[in-house]
Amino acid sequence: MVGSDLHRLKSIGDYGGQIFSFLSFGVIGCQIRFILLQNRQGKTRLAKYYVPLEESEKHKVEYEVHRLVVNRDPKFTNFVEFRTHKIIYRRYAGLFFSMCVDITDNELAYLECIHLFVEILDHFFSNVCELDLVFNFHKVYLILDEFILAGELQETSKKAIIERMGELEKLE
Amino acid sequence: MNPFSSGTRLRDMIRAIRACKTAAEERAVVRKECAAIRAAISENDQDYRHRNLAKLMFIHMLGYPTHFGQMECLKLIASSGFPEKRIGYLGLMLLLDERQEWSGLGLQDLNHSNQYIIGLALCALGNICSAEMARDLAPEVERLLQNRDLNIKKKAALCSIRIVRKVPDLAENFMSLATALVKEKHHGVLIAGVQLCSDLCKASTESLEFLRKNCTEVLIRILRDVSNSPYAPEYDISGVTDPFLHIRVLKLLRLLGQGDADASESMNDILAQVATKTESNKNAGNAILYECVETIMGIEATSGLRVLAINILGRFLSNRDNNIRYVALNMLMKAIAVDSQAVQRHKTTILECVKDSDASIRKRALELVSLLISDANVKPLTKELVDYLEVSDQEFKGDLTEKICSIVERFSSDKLWYIDQMLKVLSEAGNYVKDDVWHALIVAISNAPDLQGYIVRSLYKAFQTSSEQVSLVRVALWCIGEYGEMLVNGAGMLQGEEPMTVTESDAVDVVESALQYHASDITSQAMSLVALLKLSSRYPSTSERVKDLIIQHKGCLELELQQRSIEFSHILQKHQTIKSSLVERMPVLDESVYNEKKGSPSTNSIPAAKASKPVATGASLNLPNGVMKPTTAPIGDLLDLSSDDVPAPKLATNDFLQDLLGIDLPAAQSSGAAASGGSDILLDLLSIGTSFQSDSLPSNNVSNSQLNSSVVSPLDNLSSITSTSASLDIGVSTIGPVGLMDQKSRSPPSTATAPAIDLLDDLSNNMSLPGIESRDFPTITAFESSILRILFSFTKQPGRPQVTQIKATFSNKSFNTCTDFIFQAAVPKFIQLHLDPASSSTIPPSGNGTITQTLSVTNSLHGQKALAMRIRMAYKVNNQDMLDQGQVNNFPSGL
Repeated sequence: MVGSDLHRLKSIGDYGGQIFSFLSFGVIGCQIRFILLQNRQGKTRLAKYYVPLEESEKHKVEYEVHRLVVNRDPKFTNFVEFRTHKIIYRRYAGLFFSMCVDITDNELAYLECIHLFVEILDHFFSNVCELDLVFNFHKVYLILDEFILAGELQETSKKAIIERMGELEKLE
Repeated sequence: MNPFSSGTRLRDMIRAIRACKTAAEERAVVRKECAAIRAAISENDQDYRHRNLAKLMFIHMLGYPTHFGQMECLKLIASSGFPEKRIGYLGLMLLLDERQEWSGLGLQDLNHSNQYIIGLALCALGNICSAEMARDLAPEVERLLQNRDLNIKKKAALCSIRIVRKVPDLAENFMSLATALVKEKHHGVLIAGVQLCSDLCKASTESLEFLRKNCTEVLIRILRDVSNSPYAPEYDISGVTDPFLHIRVLKLLRLLGQGDADASESMNDILAQVATKTESNKNAGNAILYECVETIMGIEATSGLRVLAINILGRFLSNRDNNIRYVALNMLMKAIAVDSQAVQRHKTTILECVKDSDASIRKRALELVSLLISDANVKPLTKELVDYLEVSDQEFKGDLTEKICSIVERFSSDKLWYIDQMLKVLSEAGNYVKDDVWHALIVAISNAPDLQGYIVRSLYKAFQTSSEQVSLVRVALWCIGEYGEMLVNGAGMLQGEEPMTVTESDAVDVVESALQYHASDITSQAMSLVALLKLSSRYPSTSERVKDLIIQHKGCLELELQQRSIEFSHILQKHQTIKSSLVERMPVLDESVYNEKKGSPSTNSIPAAKASKPVATGASLNLPNGVMKPTTAPIGDLLDLSSDDVPAPKLATNDFLQDLLGIDLPAAQSSGAAASGGSDILLDLLSIGTSFQSDSLPSNNVSNSQLNSSVVSPLDNLSSITSTSASLDIGVSTIGPVGLMDQKSRSPPSTATAPAIDLLDDLSNNMSLPGIESRDFPTITAFESSILRILFSFTKQPGRPQVTQIKATFSNKSFNTCTDFIFQAAVPKFIQLHLDPASSSTIPPSGNGTITQTLSVTNSLHGQKALAMRIRMAYKVNNQDMLDQGQVNNFPSGL
């Protein structure tokens, strides 16, 4: 099973730019396909995939998503169609937070979701900036793992997540 | 030692990488680090393993290969301490994915006594487990769902979601556990539980029923509590308590209420409450409203509730926030199916959105507008869109033009309006108009005789201002060529039309400037030349000038243009007498034929028009059946086909059989069946049908009588048979299935044969000589072309009137030997046919010898139906494949 999955992924991967079949492959009905945090230059600061993708495909996705969001007029919607999916993005200073979700999903809710994540980061790093995220990238991943799991929201209370992170830090 | 808090080496590495000025420098640093890490891995360094892995994760994020560190993740997970495990799992989720096997380690940690370690394992499992692991570890996760620790509970719930998605069969194991979860108070557990329920509903109908029965009430209570809840700082987002929980519950209610009146009924109140009471001045509130509207649209809601929902969308549409407008448009698109009247009320606002500066809003709005268009509002809406075309962005013009054209074509019953709109679109965005759209316009113009004068004058005017729009120019050229005189004499003036004076030379000016302006566009150039030729006859005074213009293209490098130029100038110079009849107005184009053609998907197929108008191609007939039959149109058509359009010799015998068996199909179907491939077309064209010309019958009689006297059957040659050619045995039993193969959507052959047989009946009635049972049958020429002549002579055995032996004699009239000769034949179902091998596969040239082949035919409807046969001859002349086909319908009566 695992082997054949691998084979299938590769064969689709060879197909070139058409990767959206990947995004829906495997985890059917998964709500968040991936979360990206990129700066304006396109450097990835966080990339969390909830669907299995080949490394080369991940790079391609990151490149394309950056291209899509970086030059959009701030007055435009925060939603861009991306293959058969939809990117919900939000810009904070020089950082773009992007989530890839189903085309039929509630865009406004994910916008709120991104904002909550940023608030948690802001609270955790007390006034977060890009450098915090660079030097503590692993912490960012750990916070995300307390916030979202299996592509679904896990906790909606900022306080609960910060407290949980505190507990875990004590164990280090 | 903590690899992170001390901030020594990981920090240093990041700093070093950030300090790099160029990509090459960065690569060098990374290479050095990777080398060090590899060394540490091969030394099995324990102390720095977690730090090295952290570095690898960073390197991985930069896009460098890090596969060599994958084993380190597993080693770290296997170690005992929490910090090591934590970084190990993090690395596992980043560097590895579900294709790697780690279920042994996972199983261990799921049973760990430390709740934090269980949490780590659940997190990794939820994010990257494979179907196999899901199956293996599902029992552990089920157990953890009942754990007292809320953190473990919610993580286990989300893990279960992944498991159910991977292995939907397991859904039933989680049903009752999920119902227990939604009774919890903690929001984290609740939201995970609600989401798990949603996934269970999608995974199996059994779960859906179960949850509908057991959860609906609970969910309604959750929604009521959370929406009535007083200010709760922990979950408050801009004045709304936990919008995420709201949304998840609304989603699940939608799944439960869909198609179930009782469940929907119980939700009505709470949905109405959420729809009316939720704050709509912040994004969070709007997110809830949006989800609530979708749920109302999704369930069996009362009409009052639906109106409420559409009104919310109406409010959204007038919101200043683009995001809100975008989702409103999205939702209205779905709402049209439910209540299009209600959506219609917002069409002005929607139309405004078409003009928005944001491309995604425009695109949505345009789609929505085209869905909203009806007979009642098409004119004002189209006017708005056409007006907007003038000012829209270049990149949007393509989409907009396409939509307008499709709308205008859809409501083209008002000819004048349709043509007016098309003229506007052509002059605004003619470069974006697709070919088939302006082709359709020309067909429509040709069918509107009372508007042609108006059209040609409007086009002339439009050309003055928009000569850069290619399709406008083409339509204008065509119309000026056809209706040039109406341009000058102002015929067919419509009421309210502004009179204008155009001289003949003005009209030629237009064509001349088109020739110059669109010099690189061959189609326009070619159309200009035709228009000029036509004008020279319409406006005799300009003919000298036209001649000069046409002659200019004599040296053109484009073959098409050069040929037109030379031929047209010949017409102008040498054939003055026939010129005027030559360039008469085009006959009115057949709209139904054009539409049919447009509808047929394959462009390389022979247009249906050809099949339904066989007479049109009858003139090019080159291989008549029988000796002299100038009007055998259907066959002419098919021979035409085989000689140039379709590479028939490449068809497999199988196809050929199908083709020949097309005899069963009435010709009426040939135009309807949009052929998918060459063989199908053949099949269609080959069918004997009503288009068969009855006036050919007398001439048949004539030819037969001529044959009687002139043709001698060369029976002598029969003895010298060496069989090389393929023999065909087509019996009733085999014809049936083969014939049916391609007839999925067609009527059964029993009814289909009727028209063909009727004709053959006529044939036999005309020709029958009643009363004579066993007589000599005349030899007939079954087929004759410039190369081949085939004679059939008939013998019958006494006492078996239904069996006929046919001796086919093939002779070669050309001066080259025919080699590899194969003769094939097919007959209707009521006839059985047996072919003996031919005497040879080579026919000597110039009639110096013949070959023969015996066919044995059993007519099961002897006396009722006459014989009919299709034949096909494949052979080589000078090593070139040749293929002839024909239909033998001049059999003597009584066979």
